[in-house]
Amino acid sequence: MKYKSQKVAYWFFALSMLLLSLQILYGFIMAFAHMGYDVLHQITPFNTARAVHTNLLVVWLLSGFMGAAYYIIPEEAEHELVSVKLAYVQLISLAVVGVVAIVGYHFNYWEGRKFLEIPRPLDWLVVINVLTFLGIIIMTLFKGKKRTTTSLVLTMGLVFAALLYLPGMIWFDNQTMDSFFRWWVVHLWVEGVWELIMGGILAFLLIKITGVDREVIEKWLYVIVGLTFISGILGTGHHYYYIGVGKIWIIVGGIFSTLEPLAFLGMALFAIAMYRKGEKKHPNKIALSWTLGTAIVSFVGAGLLGLAHTLPAVNMYTHGTLVTAMHGHLAFWGAYGMIVLAFISYSMPNMTGRKLYDSTAGLLAFWLSNIGMIGMTVAFGVAGVAQVYLERKVGLDFGDVQKEIQVHFVILAICATLFTTGIAYYIYEFIKYGRPNDEALETNKN
Amino acid sequence: MLSKSHAKVFFLGGTIVTFAIFLGLSWNSLSKEVPKRTHEENLSTQVIAGKTIWEKNNCMGCHTILGEGAYYAPELTKVYERRGEAYIKAALMSKTPWSPRGRKMVAYAMPEEDANNVVAFLKWIGEIDLNGFPPKPDLKK
Repeated sequence: MKYKSQKVAYWFFALSMLLLSLQILYGFIMAFAHMGYDVLHQITPFNTARAVHTNLLVVWLLSGFMGAAYYIIPEEAEHELVSVKLAYVQLISLAVVGVVAIVGYHFNYWEGRKFLEIPRPLDWLVVINVLTFLGIIIMTLFKGKKRTTTSLVLTMGLVFAALLYLPGMIWFDNQTMDSFFRWWVVHLWVEGVWELIMGGILAFLLIKITGVDREVIEKWLYVIVGLTFISGILGTGHHYYYIGVGKIWIIVGGIFSTLEPLAFLGMALFAIAMYRKGEKKHPNKIALSWTLGTAIVSFVGAGLLGLAHTLPAVNMYTHGTLVTAMHGHLAFWGAYGMIVLAFISYSMPNMTGRKLYDSTAGLLAFWLSNIGMIGMTVAFGVAGVAQVYLERKVGLDFGDVQKEIQVHFVILAICATLFTTGIAYYIYEFIKYGRPNDEALETNKN
Repeated sequence: MLSKSHAKVFFLGGTIVTFAIFLGLSWNSLSKEVPKRTHEENLSTQVIAGKTIWEKNNCMGCHTILGEGAYYAPELTKVYERRGEAYIKAALMSKTPWSPRGRKMVAYAMPEEDANNVVAFLKWIGEIDLNGFPPKPDLKK
């Protein structure tokens, strides 16, 4: 850690850890409901659990991205954050908005729009919160000595993510229009600007961990984010096949979304190549595992499993089935969950001065959570493919099919337990690091 | 050999060009295709009231509509055609959780007027031209 203000990142990461734990809890509620044990129906019916589960995901990832930005920007710009106090205010308001939203979901205070359930009055608080965050980041960059490609790509990702939140706040009477613009937020976030954020964080980590020349890493960063946008923007079309817009999207969406894995393949090859090229081997093995892990798992989860059902002829049958949940889980985990955990693993020793670089708990966290998540993905996949054939091809009734595939949710819950054990180890390690302190300044420049 | 500035041009150029095409296609879809395909002239106050109730209760948190939502309860795009008005109203107005085959729906105990609005919304949804979705079961004997 080189700047005192970088310490603020710690509290964003702590919030992430708390929300991730809650997200897992609500995941279990849903898994049990799918198994036939909807025991909490009166207080947390499925739609509540579902909204909480996905929104907690978004908020813990955003909190992680914000923490990472507060750590990266001072170091890249060579300037303290312009206001640490404001950053804390922003943290608290983020936590308050998140908690109010989640509590509200238990009392029918929401908008039933997948991923964007936060009611519009609260949306305005989100806007103010994000503007405050961006203000701090951009002012710091402005006042700083350097504006590196890494910091600019990261900031650009964050600014676009904020702008793209706005189309989701417009009211439409027509469900097709509503859906059309909802994807401007959701798709252009996760298959567009969030990849910029991921790319920026990944580039920073690779520069620090592998010691490869910044110019080389940043050149490939441009290529990767270029591929992301070229494929991802028109790839939005894969959400428009069957929602009431024209056939042109079947062609455009089909072609460009087939290209989307290229960006993730680029990311994976980039991380591996830089690791092999790098002469400096950073001692933080845990951070290295997560960094290479995120690049590889995102390619499999977001790239390949996305490709598996993006072709229009396949999507006609898989659209709106558990096949989507299969892809969704490994994609979010690989691309965004793991990059946040990679960054926390990298930054914690630097902020606290405690170098738990190669601990058993840290390695167990990595392997158990990944094996668990891959198991869950397989269980969702098996359930999803069975659902597609029985319901969409053979024409059995929805409810009958759900009974047939219940058993796969038992396997899912077992794998989820493995995943949870991994995350428990990760949080245990996080707590063991203790609080960040100024004594860690300068003692570790990595 | 590719230089950093070439890579930057690739990124910025590619983004601007694809985004411009995306905006053009979106404009075309929204202004020309959507009104026809969704029969916008049939968007009555009742349908809109139905959509509001649909969102207010987060029906998408269990069901899918136009193939979007959660995968816990049936796809409802063609439910009006499949089940008919009386069945849908019975599910919405039920004072105890509607639970065919054991899986529970929240008991909304909806007043009849609200239930009628939701039915109108689902009827309108069922008439949208969705490029053939949901597919007909082609292995059905």
